[in-house]
Parts: sequence; C-alpha cells; structure tokens
Amino acid sequence: MFARGLKRKCVDQEEDGEGALAGFGTVPAYSLQRQSLLDMSLVKLQLCHMLVEPNLCRSVLIANTVRQIQEEMSRDGAWRGAAPQSAERVPLDRLVSTEILCRTARGPEAGCPAPDLGDDPLQGPVSELSTVSSAQVPRNTQSSLWDTGNPRENRGSFQKSLDQIFETRENKSPSAVEELFSDVDNSYYDLDTVLTGMMGGTKPGLCDGLEGFASAASPPGSSCKSDLAELDHVVEILVET
Amino acid sequence: IFSFSFFFFLNNSFAPLVTIVGALQGNNSDIISTVEFNHTGELLATGDKGGRVVIFQREQESKNQIHRRGEYNVYSTFQSHEPEFDYLKSLEIEEKINKIRWLPQQNAAYFLLSTNDKTVKLWKVSERDKRPEGYNLKDEEGRLRDPATITTLRVPVLRPMDLMVEATPRRVFANAHTYHINSISVNSDYETYMSADDLRINLWNFEITNQSFNIVDIKPANMEELTEVITAAEFHPHHCNTFVYSSSKGTIRLCDMRASALCDRHTKFFEEPEDPSNRSFFSEIISSISDVKFSHSGRYIMTRDYLTVKVWDLNMENRPIETYQVHDYLRSKLCSLYENDCIFDKFECVWNGSDSVIMTGSYNNFFRMFDRNTKRDVTLEASRENSKPRAILKPRKVCVGGKRRKDEISVDSLDFSKKILHTAWHPSENIIAVAATNNLYIFQDKVN
Repeated sequence: MFARGLKRKCVDQEEDGEGALAGFGTVPAYSLQRQSLLDMSLVKLQLCHMLVEPNLCRSVLIANTVRQIQEEMSRDGAWRGAAPQSAERVPLDRLVSTEILCRTARGPEAGCPAPDLGDDPLQGPVSELSTVSSAQVPRNTQSSLWDTGNPRENRGSFQKSLDQIFETRENKSPSAVEELFSDVDNSYYDLDTVLTGMMGGTKPGLCDGLEGFASAASPPGSSCKSDLAELDHVVEILVET
Repeated sequence: IFSFSFFFFLNNSFAPLVTIVGALQGNNSDIISTVEFNHTGELLATGDKGGRVVIFQREQESKNQIHRRGEYNVYSTFQSHEPEFDYLKSLEIEEKINKIRWLPQQNAAYFLLSTNDKTVKLWKVSERDKRPEGYNLKDEEGRLRDPATITTLRVPVLRPMDLMVEATPRRVFANAHTYHINSISVNSDYETYMSADDLRINLWNFEITNQSFNIVDIKPANMEELTEVITAAEFHPHHCNTFVYSSSKGTIRLCDMRASALCDRHTKFFEEPEDPSNRSFFSEIISSISDVKFSHSGRYIMTRDYLTVKVWDLNMENRPIETYQVHDYLRSKLCSLYENDCIFDKFECVWNGSDSVIMTGSYNNFFRMFDRNTKRDVTLEASRENSKPRAILKPRKVCVGGKRRKDEISVDSLDFSKKILHTAWHPSENIIAVAATNNLYIFQDKVN
C-alpha cells in the first residue's frame, strides 16, 4: 500500500547500491507500517491494563502479535533502525509481507489506517501515530511512542506490560478493602489458590472419572472453605443481599 | 425492544424471503447477547447486556389465520443476573448474559441455564393457572385471621386464575471461575453440564452447587507464558463422555472424559495447516475460533473464525472438509479492523435441524447462510428499513471493487457497528432468530 503510493524516483539507483536510498519505495515503508502496528498494539495493551476487567483473549492475541513483530524486527536487526545493507538483503517473502500487512485491492489509502470504520475508542492516540506513518517520513524523525533506540528497554517495558495485564487477574491488590479483611490470610489474594483448594479435583489423588466431584477428600486448602464461606457472608452483608 | 414475525421463503435454492416485521428500539442494556431455541422450538430465549432473560413462546397454529401461523410472543421476562462487585480484586462483574442453554423438558416446567462472566444459574420457568382459595388461618388478602374468629375448618380448593408465568432460580453455581465464562453446555446425560472460561473447564452436576470438577486446565504455571486461551466448548450431542473446546490459536481439541480425570491431553487435535501465501501479522488473530458447534448428527463440528466458517469431520483432524468465506472482502481491511477492535468480534454459527444449512452473522446487519449440499450461499439483512410486512427480503451483495451495481453496497459503506453476532435456528423447522444489537428478528419459512 505505501509501496504503491510512494514515487519510485530512486529505483534507478537501487542497482548502484547506494545504501541511503536503496529500497526507499518498499522496505522502509514496510518498517514504518510494522512499527506503526507495533505502536498501536502497545497502546492497546496499555489501555487493556487500565480497564477494570481486561478481556483476556484480546490481551493474549495482541500480546502475541507484538511478540511476532518484535521477533521479526530482531531478525531484521531493525531494533536499531533500518540499516541499508540489511535492506538489500531483505528476502522476497518480506516483500510479500509488505503487501499482506494491509492487503488492499486499490486505493492510495486503503489499509491502515482507514479513517471511518465504526466507533474507535483509540481514535485519539492512534491517529497521531497514523499521521506519522502516512506522512511518509523516511527516517522516523518524529518519534513514535516507543523509540527504536534501545531494544532491551522496549522489550523490558513490553514484558512489564504483559506481566501487569496477566497478573491483573491474579494479584490485584485490594487496597480499599484491605482494612476490612486485614485478618484474612494473605493467600486469599491469590484467588486461584483458593479455588484450587475448593475444587480439589485437579489433584491426581482423587478417584478417576466423575466420582471425583462427589467427595473432595481433604483437598489441600480445606481450611479455606469455611473461611471463604465466612467471607461470602461478610460480602453478602455489605451488599445487603 | 424486540421485533417478531418475519416470514421467509426458503428452499434449497434460496428464493427470496418474505417478511412481516414489528420492532421497537431500546437502550444500551437491551443489547442482546445470546439467543437460543429450546429442544422443541416452542420457546426462544434471549439474554441481554442488562442481565435480563426474555422468553418467547410460539403461538399455537390456528386454522383461521394460516399466514399468522406460529408467531412468537413474549412468554416470560425476568432478571437473571445483577451486577456484582468482586471485593478481593476490586473489579466489577458484569451482569451481561453470555450464554443460555435449555435443558430438555422432563415435566410441565421449563429449565434453562443462564450465565454471566462468573456465575451460572439454573432457572425454572413454570406456569400457574390455579390458585388455592379458602385458607383457614389467612383471609383472602393473606392477612392472618384472629384465631378466635375461626369456628369451622374447611379444605382449601384450587380455583382457576389468569395464567401467570413465573421464573425461579433453582440453583446458583458460583465461585468456580477465576476467568470469564464463555460457554456452557448441557451433557446428553442430562445430569451434568460444563462451564468454560478462558483457561479452565469445569464439570457440574445439576444437583450440586458447591463443588465442580475441573476437567481442563490450560493455565501455565507462569502467566507470562500464556499464549493461548479457550474460546468455546461444547459436549457431544450423544456421547456423554466426549466434548470439544476451541482455542485462540485456531485449534480444536476433542476430549474423552473416560481417558483421565483431567482432560489436558486431548484425544483428537484439529488444526488446519497455515497457508503461507496468506500469512500476515493478523493471521493468528483471524484464526482465533469464536464459536464451535457440533452438528445434530454428532458427526461434524463447525467452527467460526473471523473470516470463515469451517466444517470438520470428526474423523479427520488435519483439515476441515468444508470452508465457507463469510466476508473475505474484509481481508484487505484487517489493519483498520484491528485498530477499531472489530477484529476481536466473536461471531457465532449455527446448524439447521438437518445439518444441511449453516448460518452465521456479519457486519451491516448482514447474515449469511450456506447450503452444504448445493454449495449455494446467500446474504440477507436484518433491518427494519428494508423489511415491510409480507414483503420479500432481497438477498444482499457486497461489491468489492470496480463498478457498484444498483443494489450492491460497497465495502467502505458497511456499518461495522451493526454486527450480527448471535443467531439461532429452530431445531426442526425453517425458523431463525437473528439478534441485531438490541433488536430481535424472527424469520419463518413461508410454505407455498
């Protein structure tokens, strides 16, 4: 898409191997698209984290996409900016990917980002990024949210985002109600432990088949059960059911 | 809130449809989130974002009004789930009904399961058309009588009253899911059912609410390593030991509960090899399966991913036997659809009673039907503007590029906020229910 929109005035010089301008029409555009997609994905993940109850499936899919992009960028050596030499060595399938990134039949602007496709809660920050990309700045002079400067740092912050998202469900600290349940065992904060104790059926000790759920014989967290019932009772009182 | 009584003419050549329509508008909490016929097709249940369940009942056929045969009218409305607050995590739990599943009818009452993100409830819907009168200790208004005034004893009698349909919660299955419940499925033994969330599947007995048996657990020890979630699950219609679950990586696993208590190792693994020519950064996202349904025969499963519907033979794991393109024109728009989050929309898919036609929704209030035998397909639109009473619904067409014919709509004009995610097909007749945001459309085959 960008490939088609750009003027190919530098095509003649490609064979000369002039690094600075080689492949101007295709590869840097692809890197731009890819960077834009990465930025968009990271923004989405950040927004995920800010939501009350993130949709786990969506988070996982976005995170996987980010990983894919970063892996490819590492392979390209693109973390430190597109080196002209590596541009020359870009294999054919990378060009195919350029087309496929936002495959379109026609139109200069089809693909990412098309302006009016339904409601877009991310319109604000993302369209900023889009403007960067569609301005066709060759050298990323306008810095995107995530600089390509330090790959490790980016990876670290990405990893941190991931952790935060996936741990939201696990260890979200109940600051407001801490006092209320201050005498409660800290292991309850990991709801997972409690539930594992409740169900008990996951442990291999139980008999096979459906008999397992008939009698959960001394599950690991059996003491949790009565306390949890008490917790439920307290909660019920609070919500006045 | 809802609309009813459309008629369509559907034979294997997909002739145009006839419609009769009446519809009302609602607000945000009226957005329909699930639609399901019961096993006879007499009842149709819908769940919405506000936690309400509305049940429609089919009118008895009348010889006088052939053309009004079998309209669906509201039978019962009740609040199934309320918004809750999880104090341990400081998170709100939405009351939106994710799924409704009916139990087969075993007596005069109807039973259904309804679930939100965390809690499954068993509801009993029963009719009351008689009431006892002539109590000894209470008067007609229910006030206690002064015992001193009671001089005789009488036996209360049942007298007819206006039909009242009441819904009562009979079981509440709570506190068994850390993650969001996406599916429930009643087992063919009618004694158990399963509930699936993003990472786990639990097996319940209808009589026991304080315990469930965990049968699938794909949660990694380290959540940072999480790359795949469960997206849908269903029991086999006849074999009570067999179920399938789909994943966000486009795979389906069939499990046999006789093999082991924890079905983490599948019996069969269905995955189509990736087409290298179609590979993009969005490949994984669009391969994520949003719905999986067994055929009524139990021989096939149907899966829905973002752009296609696939039919798989249970005996062949390495690729589907049929693939249908729902809206392939969106393939070039994936970037935009990723940006506005539409790429994460979860469409459902349904079989007709004879497993010969499959149906699924799309955008712009379009829905698609595919005839597996003739390989013909049709795109229809659920909209009030285009439906007049007794009019024929025209098949719609999306024009991809180049010249747009008069009745066609171009891809860029599609309204992506109008999505049909939930549809249902009557178990034996050609009657379909289509949920378009907060409107319900019921289409019925017009005979002759």
